[in-house]
Amino acid sequence: MSATWTLTKVRVLLAMRNRMFFFFSLMMPMIFLFISIIFLRGRTGPIGNYILGDLLTVTVMGSFWGLSVQLVTFREQGILRRFRLAPVGAGPMLASSILSNYVMALPTLVFEVLVCRWALHIQAWGNPLALFLLITFGSAAFSSFGLIIASVTNTMQETQIINQLIWMGFLFLSGATIPLLGLPDWVRRISLFLPATYLATGLQSSAMGSITWGGVLTDAIGLTVTLLVTFEISRRLFRWEAEAKVAPRAKLWIVAAMVPFFLFGTYENLYGDLLNRAAVDFRTLFSTGTVAPAQQPLQSASPSEPRQPAP
Amino acid sequence: MAAVIEVENLYKSYGPVEAIRGVSFAVEEGEVFGLLGPNGAGKTSTVEILEGLREPDRGRVSVCGLNPQEAGNRFKESIGAILQSTNLPEKLRVKEALDLFAELYARHADTGELLRRFQLEEKADAFYKDLSGGQKQRLALAMALVNDPRVVFLDEPTAGLDPQVRREIYDIIEDLKRAKKTVLITTHYIEEAERLCDRVAIVDSGRVIAQGTPRELKHKSAGKTRIEVRLARPLANGALAHIDGVSDSREFDGAYVLHSARPPQTIVALVKQLEAEGNELQSLEMFSPSLEDVFIELTGRRLRE
Repeated sequence: MSATWTLTKVRVLLAMRNRMFFFFSLMMPMIFLFISIIFLRGRTGPIGNYILGDLLTVTVMGSFWGLSVQLVTFREQGILRRFRLAPVGAGPMLASSILSNYVMALPTLVFEVLVCRWALHIQAWGNPLALFLLITFGSAAFSSFGLIIASVTNTMQETQIINQLIWMGFLFLSGATIPLLGLPDWVRRISLFLPATYLATGLQSSAMGSITWGGVLTDAIGLTVTLLVTFEISRRLFRWEAEAKVAPRAKLWIVAAMVPFFLFGTYENLYGDLLNRAAVDFRTLFSTGTVAPAQQPLQSASPSEPRQPAP
Repeated sequence: MAAVIEVENLYKSYGPVEAIRGVSFAVEEGEVFGLLGPNGAGKTSTVEILEGLREPDRGRVSVCGLNPQEAGNRFKESIGAILQSTNLPEKLRVKEALDLFAELYARHADTGELLRRFQLEEKADAFYKDLSGGQKQRLALAMALVNDPRVVFLDEPTAGLDPQVRREIYDIIEDLKRAKKTVLITTHYIEEAERLCDRVAIVDSGRVIAQGTPRELKHKSAGKTRIEVRLARPLANGALAHIDGVSDSREFDGAYVLHSARPPQTIVALVKQLEAEGNELQSLEMFSPSLEDVFIELTGRRLRE
């Protein structure tokens, strides 16, 4: 535990000295916010909260990109092999990446909330506890997801290509940029197999206050399972040396990492109400009034036939 | 005295390349032991197996009575090392790097004292990326000693450094020798092995081809002087082998290397032969017997080829 803490402190220090970190973690979400403000053209109400949810989602999801690149860089530059000589294992190395990312992400996220409140004239805080839970579990889960990418790619080029592909999928299929309601039904069903969808819908609902913290339990459980599975797999596949290429057989672990997403996706497709909830939130944006109240009774509807928003 | 490092019949291959082919040696407590050989001889592979960074294909290794591949943190607490190819994050400061590694060990030295000892006090707040090659190597040495290890592995500690910095590193290693640390050093510099090592194993193509104290090994060349000559016109192979006193004659990069037990007679005979053949002596250098001569005699090649 002390090794994890020692490494976390140093990683935070290094992140604070990294201009790229500030660009991607602070500037990019602000650019996203700026585009949203232009798009809103002065509209206020629940849509501000909804966009806050999206902004937080993009920031939290971005964890996977930064961590995978950092780990591969450390491996390629021979930094990891120096640590390998010290009494520190793969677990503390990976855990410190996740913790430092979380420590660095929190102020950024608070800053985003404050900027959104000011720029988007948000009146209500939504559900702060649910937001906090999802941010915490989401940051850890997506960081861990980044570590697994670093574990299965052999070069920085490979890492960047895979990151791009996954990022695009997360960004456009999770509801973080294009509302789920705007996607064709079959795409919506596929999106239920992505961990990013749980994060996006959870954060949107929490920012709008349309859900209690108990209501985001499914999302939180989904993200926690993602965290546990990906962490264990990335620990097993961890490589200290640039020349130690990942064995083709080891890539089978990726299949294992997919299992929880498959189970959650199947469950949500058959019995869940995540799409329904996303639809309700989205339609609330076009209703008059302010933020949708928490624990509003929801009408039943199938995921493909989203219900009308609560009055 | 008990052996702190034991290597028995070690083998390691990378695909079709056999890097280590049956290496065996033992290093005693407080001894500075050198693995001397050209690049690609298998020195780094051997030392990285001993550090626990690589798995051997066959053979037995033991460091402080522990198997490096299985002993885990207990083993890591007892060793320190300089790796041939390694790095630190660019924007980590010197003092931070030492403090970081010190915190990772259960027992550690005073990092302020290490900074003083390795003349890094002035650079304590400098980023790693801003250090010179020599400063980086001094930091690597300081980090290797941060846990006050029983055994220190130094893989090519002076490679690529200028002579001044190299001498500074030699002084530090001599300090370790005085402190009775067990040191395993790999090098392809003859003078380094001769100056620093109590015993040396000469390694070539994955095998130990000779082993002993530098003095014992030099005696193997029977006190013969090395004479290196350059001529105006090349000679046929073996044309100088029959000159008076010459026991061995080889050609390397246009220079003829002769080993002679009677250098004055050899030089006189050489000059006479060249005059008779109408050839001209461009340069002549004489060297007292060194480990380089032992290597040439055993392999027919120079150490830095």
